[in-house]
Amino acid sequence: MAYCDVVGHEAVKGATVDLKTDASDRRSTGSPDSEALPLVVAGLSHAFGERQALDDVSFELNRGDRTMLLGLNGAGKTTLFSLITRLYNHRGGSIRIFGWEIKQKPSEALARLGVVFQLPTLDPDLSVTQNLSYHAALHGLPPREAAVRIRREIERVGLTDRMHEKARTLSGGQRRRVEIARALIHRPKMLLLDEPTVGLDIASRQFLLDHVRMLCREEGLAALWATHLIDEVDSAARVIVLHRGGILAQGPVPDVIRQANAASIREAFDKLTGGRSE
Amino acid sequence: MRPIHYYRCMRGIVWREGLRFLNQRGRFVAALVRPLVWLVIFAAGFRFVLGVSIIPPYQTYIPYEEYIAPGLIGMIQLFQAMQSTLSMVWDREMGSMRTLLVSPLPRWYLLVSKMVATVAVAVLQSYVFLGIAYFWGIQPPPIGYLTVLPALILSGMMLSALGLFISSAIRQLENFAGVMNFVIFPMFFASSALYPLWTVREANQKLYYVCMVNPFTHAVELVRFALYEQFNAKACAVVAGALFVFMALAILGYDPGRGLIVRRAGAE
Repeated sequence: MAYCDVVGHEAVKGATVDLKTDASDRRSTGSPDSEALPLVVAGLSHAFGERQALDDVSFELNRGDRTMLLGLNGAGKTTLFSLITRLYNHRGGSIRIFGWEIKQKPSEALARLGVVFQLPTLDPDLSVTQNLSYHAALHGLPPREAAVRIRREIERVGLTDRMHEKARTLSGGQRRRVEIARALIHRPKMLLLDEPTVGLDIASRQFLLDHVRMLCREEGLAALWATHLIDEVDSAARVIVLHRGGILAQGPVPDVIRQANAASIREAFDKLTGGRSE
Repeated sequence: MRPIHYYRCMRGIVWREGLRFLNQRGRFVAALVRPLVWLVIFAAGFRFVLGVSIIPPYQTYIPYEEYIAPGLIGMIQLFQAMQSTLSMVWDREMGSMRTLLVSPLPRWYLLVSKMVATVAVAVLQSYVFLGIAYFWGIQPPPIGYLTVLPALILSGMMLSALGLFISSAIRQLENFAGVMNFVIFPMFFASSALYPLWTVREANQKLYYVCMVNPFTHAVELVRFALYEQFNAKACAVVAGALFVFMALAILGYDPGRGLIVRRAGAE
């Protein structure tokens, strides 16, 4: 599905949302999981008191989609991730993960979700294996099967020789690799990554990008990757431009560039957000 | 999610808490040294200042060390519960709390598992303390070591639930100093841990009432009676009631729909 809209933040947004909501509903009904989309966010709004953090946000992810959620700091990316992972409930709209509405069926939704958080979340005093075993237990996996999966995922991120070392001895890039491995232990079908490359060197960044590309291409995983680093958006990805809690544009990168009448995604992003910044 | 998933999850959370505790040897030593200092130094100094009459569950005059031993077990549990609070806030600041909360198991169950993990460590610490105290003359009846176990679990759960509630309400690690000043010290000193309540009543009637409504007083009394093979029904009822209230508040505090966690997110 290759729809793309570069929409006026205020004027056209409502119409776009209606179209998407109808389409989403059709795809999300019926038996969840069988044909449902990995993620359908429809008309999502959230406010903290007077401050509107997200306003009528709608988008969806297909299987195998690698979608970059592009936005400046404070655009609402972390709030969006907090709502998708149900740290707290959303106030308006809906979030469906493989057809399961997160507020009504959190267990079913969260079981299908792998998450890499913005902040480091490994316990530095535990070994790599112990950190991953803990995660496996939180998902109710039997220890023997967990051990097999842990070995496989750690192998895939090239850290087999560091498995029994404490997390605090790893570099920032290695910890991130362990966190991706951990997010995949329970075999989710969708992966959320909240600015996973912040503070990493170029080689580590590239490794993460390549690894996620491979997961989407070869395993059909849907990935939503939040970032404020435009360099991370390549032409094969889809992009969602989030600004001040609203979506300004979304679709395959070439379409967004074309519709913004720009030469590159950087220029498109500047055009879309520049006019709206102070 | 089937019962086996619930079991594996709780086992994993308890296992992690145990590993963390064993890995932080300083924490283990500090948790033991604190009550031992009180037992060996404080009690020795005060044994001639504070007279202890014959009060239940004791059937004879007892040395002051023996009186404060259950209070010091309460201290171990109180500190362990609050340190667990600290680790929850630290976890949240570091983000690892998030990994717990994205588990597909119900959030209330994750919180109860966390409480069970805290209590398991506190019970272990209490028995190590009792083992050392034995050689300092604190020798309750042998069966007492067994009968005290349910009391340790119940009182530990109550304090742990209080800790969890506080962790949902405080925003930053620095606030732990406030927890020390406004929770640990008042709860410990305004209780029967260090002196029988009749002495407090003689000194200050109002303070006596404060001690009586302090659930920590009843946790200490529950442990004290259980250690001497007796059951204190009133203390048990108060501790169970407080456990219920604190657990409800903790679950509400972490509720994704209306908890304190939502309001705090808005302030960040």
